[in-house]
Amino acid sequence: MPQMTHAVTRLPDEQLAPMIAHYEVAVRERQRHTLIVAAVVTVCIVLAAWMGEVKPAVLFANSDRLANYFWSITPVLRWDSLGADLAEWYWNLDHWLKLLLDTLLIAYLGTLFGAIGGFILCFLASANLVKNPLIRLTARRFLEFCRTVPELVFALLFVVAFGLGAMPGVLALAIHTMGALGKLFAEVVENIDMKPVEGATAAGASWTQMVRFAVVPQVFSNFASYGLLRFEVNVREASIMGFVGAGGIGQDLVEAIRKFYYSDVSAILVLIILTVMLIDLATEAVRHRLLGWEEQR
Amino acid sequence: MNRARIALTPQDRERLARAHPQILTPGAGARVRALLLVTFLAALAAFGLWRLDISLARVGTGLAQLGHFIVLMLPPDPGTQLPLYIHALGETLAIAFLGTLGGALVAFPFGFLAAKNVIPNIFAHFAVRRFLDTVRGVDKLIWALIFVTVVGLGPFAGILAIATSSFAELGKLFSEAVEALDRKPVEGVVSTGGSPAEAVRFGMLPQVLPVLASQLLYYFESNARQSTIVGIVGAGGLGLHLAEQIRVLEWQKVSFLILMMLVMVAVIDFISSRLRFAIIGKSRIG
Repeated sequence: MPQMTHAVTRLPDEQLAPMIAHYEVAVRERQRHTLIVAAVVTVCIVLAAWMGEVKPAVLFANSDRLANYFWSITPVLRWDSLGADLAEWYWNLDHWLKLLLDTLLIAYLGTLFGAIGGFILCFLASANLVKNPLIRLTARRFLEFCRTVPELVFALLFVVAFGLGAMPGVLALAIHTMGALGKLFAEVVENIDMKPVEGATAAGASWTQMVRFAVVPQVFSNFASYGLLRFEVNVREASIMGFVGAGGIGQDLVEAIRKFYYSDVSAILVLIILTVMLIDLATEAVRHRLLGWEEQR
Repeated sequence: MNRARIALTPQDRERLARAHPQILTPGAGARVRALLLVTFLAALAAFGLWRLDISLARVGTGLAQLGHFIVLMLPPDPGTQLPLYIHALGETLAIAFLGTLGGALVAFPFGFLAAKNVIPNIFAHFAVRRFLDTVRGVDKLIWALIFVTVVGLGPFAGILAIATSSFAELGKLFSEAVEALDRKPVEGVVSTGGSPAEAVRFGMLPQVLPVLASQLLYYFESNARQSTIVGIVGAGGLGLHLAEQIRVLEWQKVSFLILMMLVMVAVIDFISSRLRFAIIGKSRIG
């Protein structure tokens, strides 16, 4: 086999020297930059650790407690008496399934009402449909407020105003969903093809007719897809609404955790995780069909 | 200007309908399906309203009550508690910052473990992914409750809770970033005589780091919102005071605390979006 030859060109030294010098300056600049960032982050960590009362010693001293905790909530399942053990683990299954249904309904109603609110407001918040900046900015600020305040804070307030139960949970989810979806919807609306809008306006359509016949057909499948995505999020959120007394399975979970009903904790957690996974799979399938449908058109 | 007004006569309309039937008379099937879907959604909503005992009367009385509270909230006033609330704000920031950072530190190796192109073993990859999914399926607030029972009340439990769920979410995102790696820079480094370590350092890290950093900042923003509520279960920060003041109906303090949250979130969003632009350039943020 003939030996392969490599020709490596090397620049003369006098040309190379300024390039090397330039390279070194650039590297030094980068290193200085990295050092500054590292220093700032370190200072932040120290400050935050002091503020956050971080005690690694406590964590290490109690790390066996964490392991113990997970060991305690693990149900006793023996192979030869599996049926009976499962029945004992899920002794309260009927009740929990009812609460789970409530949780799903809270998520559904919250998503539905929130989506309706977001649907109405998103057109007012879109720069290409509303020329009046006052209306547009008011709608935007309102949506921003609705999504910045956490659901649970709304739920806390509403529990006092509306009383315990599922209703404050539904309203809290609906308001937060309205803020989140309204923003996403408005972004979709701002990216539409403006030709149908011009066509409808030119043919003498009023603003609502223009929105109905020129905008909605373009954005509907995207809206549905975002709505389904939000439903997934809301199922998770609805499962903790019970922490503040706003209905759903969270109520039983928080009680089980606080009162150390160990096997109940794992039973409810497994139920919630399974439900969330199932809902995720189902909505993902529907969303793929929606997107496929969109591409066919 | 000469304007001609054209009006369609019924005959014209019929002629058009015959010429373009697919436009003017949409398929009956699509209509029926749409109607069925709407009926189903409405029926489900009606069932939900009935089962959860939601009625207009209850909404009405509640809204009146809420309006009363809003009047009582104005103007926002911390009373004598301002130093306490500033301290709580610091705690909230610390929870968000250390929670995100701690989660990211643990997530970094998991991101490589859960990436198909690093660990080709399908079982290991599957197991790591499912583990991350399970941790992610448990809400932050549930983790906070669990950690309160382990390390006691206070912001440290909040940090651990935020870190745990950020770890699972970031682990998934990191693994996706690693899977999307371009092999060419790595091959380039190797072909010029670089060692495997150098290939990772100069071929992989420069590709992954900007993506990771921007995701990290994004999570910091979202965790700043989340860390305001972990206090509701006793894990420190503003949420603790908020829940307390709502319970004792001190509405002016409640509105002041909510205002603090809004300002904090707005400031963090502003700073972090600036940093994200600086890291990955404006054009690449969708």
